[in-house]
Amino acid sequence: MTLARRDDDLYLIDLLDRLLAGGVVLSGDVTISLAGVDLIQISLRALISSVSRMVEP
Amino acid sequence: MSDMLVYLYAVGGAALRTVLPTGLSGIGDAPVRVIVADRLAAVVSSVDPLGFGAEPLRRNLEDLSWLASTARAHHAVVDAVWRREPVAPLRLATVYVDDDNVRAMLHSREAAFLALLDRVRGRQEWGVKAFAVPDPEAQPDEDDDDRKLGPGAAYLQRKRETRDRTSRLRGKVHDAVEDLHRVLAASAEHSRRYVLQDPRLSGHPPDLALNAAYLVEQSASSNFTSAVDHWRSPYLQVELTGPWAPYSFATLEES
Repeated sequence: MTLARRDDDLYLIDLLDRLLAGGVVLSGDVTISLAGVDLIQISLRALISSVSRMVEP
Repeated sequence: MSDMLVYLYAVGGAALRTVLPTGLSGIGDAPVRVIVADRLAAVVSSVDPLGFGAEPLRRNLEDLSWLASTARAHHAVVDAVWRREPVAPLRLATVYVDDDNVRAMLHSREAAFLALLDRVRGRQEWGVKAFAVPDPEAQPDEDDDDRKLGPGAAYLQRKRETRDRTSRLRGKVHDAVEDLHRVLAASAEHSRRYVLQDPRLSGHPPDLALNAAYLVEQSASSNFTSAVDHWRSPYLQVELTGPWAPYSFATLEES
Protein backbone atom coordinates (compact mmCIF):
# COMPACT_ATOMS: atom_id res chain seq x y z
CA MET A 1 0.00 0.00 0.00
CA THR A 2 1.38 3.39 -0.94
CA LEU A 3 0.37 6.57 0.78
CA ALA A 4 0.95 9.99 -0.62
CA ARG A 5 2.06 11.68 2.55
CA ARG A 6 2.87 15.33 2.99
CA ASP A 7 5.53 16.64 5.38
CA ASP A 8 2.72 18.16 7.37
CA ASP A 9 1.31 14.68 8.10
CA LEU A 10 4.74 13.47 9.21
CA TYR A 11 4.99 16.41 11.57
CA LEU A 12 1.49 15.73 12.91
CA ILE A 13 2.36 12.09 13.65
CA ASP A 14 5.53 13.18 15.51
CA LEU A 15 3.50 15.73 17.42
CA LEU A 16 0.78 13.23 18.37
CA ASP A 17 3.44 10.74 19.52
CA ARG A 18 4.57 13.36 22.00
CA LEU A 19 1.23 14.77 23.07
CA LEU A 20 -0.56 11.43 23.47
CA ALA A 21 2.23 9.22 24.80
CA GLY A 22 4.47 11.89 26.36
CA GLY A 23 3.80 14.85 28.64
CA VAL A 24 2.99 14.81 32.32
CA VAL A 25 -0.03 12.67 33.16
CA LEU A 26 -2.11 14.02 36.02
CA SER A 27 -4.58 11.34 36.90
CA GLY A 28 -6.61 11.01 40.04
CA ASP A 29 -7.02 14.71 40.72
CA VAL A 30 -7.94 15.61 37.14
CA THR A 31 -11.63 16.21 37.02
CA ILE A 32 -11.93 15.52 33.32
CA SER A 33 -10.00 12.29 33.36
CA LEU A 34 -9.09 10.06 30.45
CA ALA A 35 -6.58 7.28 30.98
CA GLY A 36 -3.44 7.56 28.87
CA VAL A 37 -4.05 4.22 27.22
CA ASP A 38 -7.55 5.27 26.19
CA LEU A 39 -6.17 8.44 24.63
CA ILE A 40 -3.68 6.56 22.51
CA GLN A 41 -6.22 3.99 21.36
CA ILE A 42 -8.79 6.65 20.56
CA SER A 43 -6.35 8.72 18.55
CA LEU A 44 -4.95 5.70 16.71
CA ARG A 45 -8.48 4.73 15.71
CA ALA A 46 -9.04 8.27 14.45
CA LEU A 47 -5.76 8.24 12.51
CA ILE A 48 -6.30 4.80 11.02
CA SER A 49 -9.83 5.56 9.91
CA SER A 50 -8.65 8.80 8.38
CA VAL A 51 -5.79 7.08 6.56
CA SER A 52 -8.17 4.38 5.33
CA ARG A 53 -10.42 7.08 3.91
CA MET A 54 -7.41 8.64 2.19
CA VAL A 55 -6.50 5.45 0.32
CA GLU A 56 -9.97 4.45 -0.79
CA PRO A 57 -10.26 4.68 -4.61
CA MET B 1 -16.96 32.93 33.49
CA SER B 2 -17.38 30.33 36.19
CA ASP B 3 -18.75 27.71 33.81
CA MET B 4 -15.59 27.55 31.67
CA LEU B 5 -13.05 24.77 32.22
CA VAL B 6 -9.29 25.25 32.61
CA TYR B 7 -6.96 23.62 30.07
CA LEU B 8 -3.34 23.03 31.17
CA TYR B 9 -0.47 23.27 28.68
CA ALA B 10 2.61 23.16 30.89
CA VAL B 11 3.94 23.61 34.41
CA GLY B 12 7.11 25.58 35.21
CA GLY B 13 8.67 27.78 37.86
CA ALA B 14 6.89 30.89 39.17
CA ALA B 15 9.10 32.97 36.82
CA LEU B 16 6.82 31.84 33.97
CA ARG B 17 4.60 34.76 34.92
CA THR B 18 7.23 37.22 33.72
CA VAL B 19 8.27 35.40 30.53
CA LEU B 20 4.86 34.59 29.04
CA PRO B 21 4.68 36.40 25.67
CA THR B 22 1.93 39.02 25.66
CA GLY B 23 -1.00 38.30 23.37
CA LEU B 24 -0.33 34.55 23.29
CA SER B 25 -3.49 32.63 22.46
CA GLY B 26 -4.27 28.95 22.85
CA ILE B 27 -7.05 26.51 22.00
CA GLY B 28 -10.02 28.27 20.42
CA ASP B 29 -7.93 31.49 20.32
CA ALA B 30 -8.52 31.98 24.05
CA PRO B 31 -5.92 34.14 25.82
CA VAL B 32 -3.21 32.16 27.59
CA ARG B 33 -2.60 33.03 31.24
CA VAL B 34 -0.55 31.81 34.19
CA ILE B 35 -1.76 30.44 37.53
CA VAL B 36 0.92 30.80 40.22
CA ALA B 37 1.09 28.72 43.41
CA ASP B 38 4.22 29.43 45.47
CA ARG B 39 7.25 28.21 43.48
CA LEU B 40 5.28 26.77 40.54
CA ALA B 41 3.14 28.18 37.76
CA ALA B 42 0.76 26.56 35.29
CA VAL B 43 0.24 27.84 31.75
CA VAL B 44 -3.50 27.62 31.06
CA SER B 45 -6.41 28.95 29.07
CA SER B 46 -10.17 28.67 29.44
CA VAL B 47 -12.02 26.12 27.30
CA ASP B 48 -15.67 25.48 26.67
CA PRO B 49 -17.27 22.54 28.54
CA LEU B 50 -19.20 21.81 25.31
CA GLY B 51 -15.91 20.74 23.72
CA PHE B 52 -13.87 19.68 26.75
CA GLY B 53 -16.31 18.14 29.20
CA ALA B 54 -15.71 14.39 29.71
CA GLU B 55 -18.29 13.19 27.17
CA PRO B 56 -17.72 15.70 24.34
CA LEU B 57 -13.96 15.31 24.81
CA ARG B 58 -14.17 11.56 24.28
CA ARG B 59 -16.15 12.11 21.07
CA ASN B 60 -13.85 14.88 19.85
CA LEU B 61 -10.75 12.76 20.31
CA GLU B 62 -12.15 10.40 17.67
CA ASP B 63 -12.19 13.25 15.16
CA LEU B 64 -8.81 13.60 13.50
CA SER B 65 -9.25 17.20 12.42
CA TRP B 66 -10.25 18.20 15.97
CA LEU B 67 -7.34 16.19 17.35
CA ALA B 68 -4.89 17.78 14.89
CA SER B 69 -5.96 21.36 15.54
CA THR B 70 -6.02 20.85 19.33
CA ALA B 71 -2.56 19.24 19.24
CA ARG B 72 -1.19 22.11 17.13
CA ALA B 73 -2.68 24.75 19.45
CA HIS B 74 -1.31 22.92 22.53
CA HIS B 75 2.12 22.68 20.93
CA ALA B 76 2.14 26.34 19.84
CA VAL B 77 1.69 27.44 23.47
CA VAL B 78 4.36 25.06 24.81
CA ASP B 79 6.72 26.12 22.02
CA ALA B 80 6.27 29.80 22.89
CA VAL B 81 7.43 29.32 26.49
CA TRP B 82 9.88 26.42 26.80
CA ARG B 83 12.91 28.22 25.34
CA ARG B 84 12.54 31.06 27.85
CA GLU B 85 11.92 29.03 30.98
CA PRO B 86 12.12 25.28 31.65
CA VAL B 87 8.67 23.67 31.57
CA ALA B 88 7.08 20.28 31.95
CA PRO B 89 4.57 19.97 29.08
CA LEU B 90 1.35 18.18 29.98
CA ARG B 91 -0.32 15.42 28.05
CA LEU B 92 -2.99 16.54 25.58
CA ALA B 93 -6.43 17.25 27.06
CA THR B 94 -5.59 17.81 30.72
CA VAL B 95 -8.58 19.80 31.96
CA TYR B 96 -9.54 21.12 35.41
CA VAL B 97 -12.85 22.50 36.62
CA ASP B 98 -11.38 25.77 37.93
CA ASP B 99 -8.23 27.69 38.92
CA ASP B 100 -8.48 26.61 42.58
CA ASN B 101 -8.21 22.95 41.59
CA VAL B 102 -5.12 23.77 39.51
CA ARG B 103 -3.56 25.60 42.49
CA ALA B 104 -4.31 22.65 44.77
CA MET B 105 -2.68 20.27 42.26
CA LEU B 106 0.43 22.51 42.03
CA HIS B 107 0.74 22.50 45.83
CA SER B 108 0.33 18.76 46.18
CA ARG B 109 2.82 17.94 43.37
CA GLU B 110 5.34 20.69 44.08
CA ALA B 111 8.32 18.48 44.98
CA ALA B 112 7.78 16.14 42.01
CA PHE B 113 7.44 19.03 39.55
CA LEU B 114 10.53 20.82 40.91
CA ALA B 115 12.56 17.61 40.49
CA LEU B 116 11.27 17.21 36.94
CA LEU B 117 12.09 20.83 36.07
CA ASP B 118 15.64 20.26 37.33
CA ARG B 119 15.94 17.22 35.04
CA VAL B 120 14.93 19.16 31.90
CA ARG B 121 16.59 22.53 32.65
CA GLY B 122 19.04 23.48 29.88
CA ARG B 123 18.12 20.42 27.84
CA GLN B 124 16.14 19.84 24.67
CA GLU B 125 14.49 16.86 23.06
CA TRP B 126 15.38 15.50 19.62
CA GLY B 127 13.25 12.98 17.74
CA VAL B 128 14.85 10.26 15.62
CA LYS B 129 13.00 7.91 13.30
CA ALA B 130 14.70 5.21 11.27
CA PHE B 131 13.02 3.47 8.35
CA ALA B 132 14.12 0.09 6.99
CA VAL B 133 15.38 0.41 3.42
CA PRO B 134 13.53 -2.00 1.09
CA ASP B 135 15.42 -5.23 0.34
CA PRO B 136 18.54 -4.16 -1.56
CA GLU B 137 19.34 -7.73 -2.71
CA ALA B 138 18.43 -8.79 -6.24
CA GLN B 139 15.67 -11.32 -7.02
CA PRO B 140 16.84 -14.79 -8.18
CA ASP B 141 16.60 -15.54 -11.89
CA GLU B 142 13.24 -17.32 -12.16
CA ASP B 143 13.58 -18.74 -15.70
CA ASP B 144 16.88 -20.34 -14.85
CA ASP B 145 15.43 -22.07 -11.74
CA ASP B 146 12.38 -23.22 -13.70
CA ARG B 147 14.60 -25.00 -16.26
CA LYS B 148 16.76 -26.75 -13.66
CA LEU B 149 14.12 -27.78 -11.13
CA GLY B 150 10.75 -27.69 -12.88
CA PRO B 151 8.16 -25.01 -12.05
CA GLY B 152 6.82 -26.61 -8.81
CA ALA B 153 10.19 -27.19 -7.15
CA ALA B 154 11.43 -23.81 -8.37
CA TYR B 155 8.41 -22.13 -6.77
CA LEU B 156 9.10 -23.80 -3.43
CA GLN B 157 12.78 -22.93 -3.60
CA ARG B 158 12.02 -19.29 -4.38
CA LYS B 159 9.60 -19.21 -1.48
CA ARG B 160 12.25 -20.61 0.85
CA GLU B 161 14.88 -18.18 -0.44
CA THR B 162 12.54 -15.24 0.01
CA ARG B 163 11.79 -16.33 3.56
CA ASP B 164 15.50 -16.73 4.38
CA ARG B 165 16.37 -13.40 2.78
CA THR B 166 13.59 -11.64 4.68
CA SER B 167 14.72 -13.02 8.00
CA ARG B 168 18.40 -12.17 7.23
CA LEU B 169 17.37 -8.65 6.30
CA ARG B 170 15.28 -8.30 9.46
CA GLY B 171 18.36 -9.29 11.49
CA LYS B 172 20.51 -6.66 9.70
CA VAL B 173 17.89 -3.96 10.28
CA HIS B 174 17.61 -4.93 13.94
CA ASP B 175 21.40 -4.76 14.42
CA ALA B 176 21.57 -1.39 12.66
CA VAL B 177 18.75 0.01 14.87
CA GLU B 178 20.49 -1.13 18.05
CA ASP B 179 23.79 0.41 16.90
CA LEU B 180 22.13 3.73 15.97
CA HIS B 181 20.31 3.89 19.30
CA ARG B 182 23.50 3.05 21.24
CA VAL B 183 25.49 5.78 19.43
CA LEU B 184 22.80 8.43 19.96
CA ALA B 185 22.01 7.48 23.56
CA ALA B 186 25.72 7.91 24.34
CA SER B 187 25.48 11.62 23.37
CA ALA B 188 22.22 12.16 25.29
CA GLU B 189 21.31 12.47 28.97
CA HIS B 190 18.21 10.31 28.63
CA SER B 191 16.50 8.40 25.85
CA ARG B 192 13.12 6.87 25.25
CA ARG B 193 11.87 4.53 22.53
CA TYR B 194 8.31 4.83 21.35
CA VAL B 195 6.20 1.85 20.40
CA LEU B 196 6.36 1.53 16.62
CA GLN B 197 3.30 2.88 14.88
CA ASP B 198 0.79 0.84 12.96
CA PRO B 199 2.32 0.26 9.49
CA ARG B 200 -0.86 1.70 8.01
CA LEU B 201 0.23 5.05 9.47
CA SER B 202 3.89 5.01 8.57
CA GLY B 203 3.37 3.53 5.10
CA HIS B 204 4.78 0.20 3.94
CA PRO B 205 7.52 0.61 2.70
CA PRO B 206 9.35 2.49 4.04
CA ASP B 207 9.08 0.55 7.27
CA LEU B 208 9.48 2.32 10.60
CA ALA B 209 12.18 0.50 12.57
CA LEU B 210 13.03 3.01 15.31
CA ASN B 211 11.02 5.84 16.84
CA ALA B 212 12.99 7.37 19.69
CA ALA B 213 13.46 10.60 21.62
CA TYR B 214 16.71 11.86 23.14
CA LEU B 215 17.11 14.48 25.85
CA VAL B 216 20.27 16.42 25.06
CA GLU B 217 22.15 19.24 26.81
CA GLN B 218 21.63 22.43 24.85
CA SER B 219 25.40 22.88 24.60
CA ALA B 220 25.77 19.34 23.21
CA SER B 221 22.99 19.61 20.62
CA SER B 222 25.29 20.28 17.67
CA ASN B 223 27.33 17.20 18.64
CA PHE B 224 24.13 15.19 18.77
CA THR B 225 22.82 16.35 15.38
CA SER B 226 26.18 15.72 13.75
CA ALA B 227 26.24 12.23 15.29
CA VAL B 228 22.91 11.64 13.51
CA ASP B 229 24.29 13.08 10.25
CA HIS B 230 27.42 10.97 10.35
CA TRP B 231 25.82 7.64 11.24
CA ARG B 232 25.41 5.56 8.07
CA SER B 233 23.91 2.18 7.28
CA PRO B 234 22.70 0.67 3.99
CA TYR B 235 19.74 -0.79 5.92
CA LEU B 236 18.27 2.34 7.50
CA GLN B 237 17.13 5.76 6.45
CA VAL B 238 17.26 8.17 9.40
CA GLU B 239 15.08 11.21 10.02
CA LEU B 240 15.72 13.87 12.70
CA THR B 241 13.15 16.29 14.18
CA GLY B 242 13.61 18.96 16.82
CA PRO B 243 14.52 20.57 19.01
CA TRP B 244 11.30 19.87 20.92
CA ALA B 245 10.21 20.85 24.41
CA PRO B 246 10.91 17.82 26.64
CA TYR B 247 7.55 16.10 26.00
CA SER B 248 8.95 12.58 26.09
CA PHE B 249 10.78 13.12 29.39
CA ALA B 250 8.04 14.89 31.33
CA THR B 251 7.30 12.14 33.81
CA LEU B 252 6.54 12.81 37.46
CA GLU B 253 8.24 10.49 39.91
CA GLU B 254 5.71 10.08 42.68
CA SER B 255 7.10 9.86 46.18
